[in-house]
Amino acid sequence: MHPAPSVILFSTLSGLGFGLLAFLGFGMPSPTGFMAFIWFTIAYLLAVGGLIASTFHLGHPERALKAFKQWRSSWLSREGICAVAALLVMALYGAGAVFFDTNWTLVGIVGALLSIGTVFTTSMIYTQIKTVPRWNNLTTPLMFLSICIAGGALLAGQVSLATPLLVLAGVTQIAHWVFGDKALSNSGTTLATATGLGARGEVRAFEPPHTGTNYLLKEFVYVIARKHALKLRVIAIVLMAVLPVLLIITHSHILAALAVLSHLVGVFAARWLFFAEAEHVVGLYYGKR
Amino acid sequence: MTTLPTSTTKKLGLVIDLDTCVGCHACVISCKGWNTENYGAPLSDQDPYGENPTGTFLNRVHSYEIQPKEAPAQLIHFPKSCLHCEDAPCVTVCPTGASYKRVEDGIVLVNEQDCIGCGLCAWACPYGAREMDQEEKVMKKCTLCVDRIYNENLPEEDREPACVRTCPAGARHFGDFADPESNVSRLTAERGGMDLMPEMGTKPVNKYLPPRPKDRDRSEDVDILAPFLEPVATETTGFLGWLDKALDAMPGSSKGGKN
Repeated sequence: MHPAPSVILFSTLSGLGFGLLAFLGFGMPSPTGFMAFIWFTIAYLLAVGGLIASTFHLGHPERALKAFKQWRSSWLSREGICAVAALLVMALYGAGAVFFDTNWTLVGIVGALLSIGTVFTTSMIYTQIKTVPRWNNLTTPLMFLSICIAGGALLAGQVSLATPLLVLAGVTQIAHWVFGDKALSNSGTTLATATGLGARGEVRAFEPPHTGTNYLLKEFVYVIARKHALKLRVIAIVLMAVLPVLLIITHSHILAALAVLSHLVGVFAARWLFFAEAEHVVGLYYGKR
Repeated sequence: MTTLPTSTTKKLGLVIDLDTCVGCHACVISCKGWNTENYGAPLSDQDPYGENPTGTFLNRVHSYEIQPKEAPAQLIHFPKSCLHCEDAPCVTVCPTGASYKRVEDGIVLVNEQDCIGCGLCAWACPYGAREMDQEEKVMKKCTLCVDRIYNENLPEEDREPACVRTCPAGARHFGDFADPESNVSRLTAERGGMDLMPEMGTKPVNKYLPPRPKDRDRSEDVDILAPFLEPVATETTGFLGWLDKALDAMPGSSKGGKN
């Protein structure tokens, strides 16, 4: 799949932003007054910034409001609704903390659950796609959720929680790769089933339908930098989980800031791989799998 | 509405005969022509006369080679367009309701005024039947020529999809799969019409007729006219006869037949 920078930026930044909002909602930490203002500004910049970035890949962003209509069937629609609900509820909770020096616990918990729910709906957009076997399994939502919560804990300064959560995030990310590497062959979809001609003999793509490229090949048969995939995986895991765990041992503020930055870059690399390594079955028709 | 209808009155679709298709791409061109001039946004091209031309097509013809174990290889031309699936995953993923499946005839369409160009429907389609137009930034797909098949301004013989109308080999058939007596239902039953990627659970309406197998290697077969071509004279005579014998008598071996 084509790794659109806007979508990778969205899932990385919003994941972290909603993770922080969730921890703020659960009261970990529970700042008030000006400190609360700073915490909520950081969380909203990340979450909303990511959401705005995600509209850049739309053909017609001016029609984006129409995307709230089809929540009954569409995970993308559910994501939009969940994100707006989370941001509104957490704004109310934030207003209480900033202006009234109070933490409305129930509002916070609802907002926290909606924030985590938003990341879950994001993950389901990919998980539901049967045509990409690498995404179409349980490891996808587990990976998205565990990274969101680990990032949230790290950014919220919950050091004792962040360490095991970062390890968990690393494990689910590796599980996603391990399961994903076998997913296409386990799916049973091949050029033989794609053409229905498998029973007659070995099927081979003889000639593509056109001499040039097309939208399908650009969007779904992206193969650039696959040869660096293993190195990138190691870099992603080290930056996302290993280095942050080491950096927060000392409880230093500067090192913690570096840990967040390292985590963010690591997740970005992992999300780039999430798309670049994903094999869409339409590539079979082009003999490209 | 992006929830799918539980059932449709008609199930309009195509039968594509892989035994008959000659791979001429006439269906590709007629589709591009009709759908550029009619329903919705035109199918644009980018850099059409330059070094790297690309463009939007709703129908493309692949070619595959099959190598059976005990028979000669076969070349199969393979036209592919939207299969108007009963359980269309492209419809349910649409966040705006722009993608929908019609209750009356089962055609899967895009309302381009509602399409935000997110591309998720193209992700969900296993067949590569949807392409985002790079000029209009909306999703384009086969409409089964919905603006032809019911169009009373056209002569009756033209009220079928452009690809079917134009196919010089008669490899494409249009009809209602909900009617067991229709041409497409009978063809599917008689010829073992098949689904593409049945494991995806999309329940495609369009069916593909498998190529008839080449039952044996015919390269060693004797032509029906061969008896009439046998040599009339068994013994050579005259100058050529003498030359043949003289050459045989010379040292070294002669290759070829006994004559």
